[in-house]
Amino acid sequence: MTDIQLYDQPINVDACIRSVMSPECGGIDVFIGTVRNATKGRQVVRLEFEGYAPMAISEMQQIAGEMQRLWPVIHVVMHHRTGALAVGEVPVVIAVAAAHRAAAFEACRYAIDTLKRTVPIWKKEVYADGEIWIGAHP
Amino acid sequence: MMMKVTVLAFGIARELTGTSQTELDLPEGATAAAVRAALEARYEQLKKLSTYALAVNSMYAQPDTGVKDGDEIAIIPPVSGG
Repeated sequence: MTDIQLYDQPINVDACIRSVMSPECGGIDVFIGTVRNATKGRQVVRLEFEGYAPMAISEMQQIAGEMQRLWPVIHVVMHHRTGALAVGEVPVVIAVAAAHRAAAFEACRYAIDTLKRTVPIWKKEVYADGEIWIGAHP
Repeated sequence: MMMKVTVLAFGIARELTGTSQTELDLPEGATAAAVRAALEARYEQLKKLSTYALAVNSMYAQPDTGVKDGDEIAIIPPVSGG
């Protein structure tokens, strides 16, 4: 099972985890991204996420395909949020289930690392005294 | 013969160009490199970006990727999801 979504509503972390549970899986690895309260000492008020939806979905599907090609993973959930998120909220959840834990750990790490490099989603950090599009500045 | 493509701009590219969607006329047979040149001629501010990619119909393009009439081009500044 592969479930990939991009939406502007809160992510139900529990539901993501439950949906990858199955009798043939002995391990589930979950990455939960959360909005941190500061970057390089600057206090973050909120993050604003924007995505190019059709391409973001197809890039995430490619990642899921690679995960299944490289490791014996059985179920993959990848949900990403758009819109404004406050400190502590969850912009991304990746849940990976496999028969044994090594595949789940490695594939999940690959998924979040690749997502951050290739999936067309952007975040703007909003501070008390300004804002910055992350990654866009030399 | 000229052709018309739709251009979408996201994140800082949207703010620099002041638009999220526009159209561009290009000569037939144009490549992604020609799209980049045409965009930078119209929106000089784009050159401020250290780097950006282009996508053609939701796929990352190489400079020699061909562009057809009606294609959807996206300006992809460095991504920062997760």
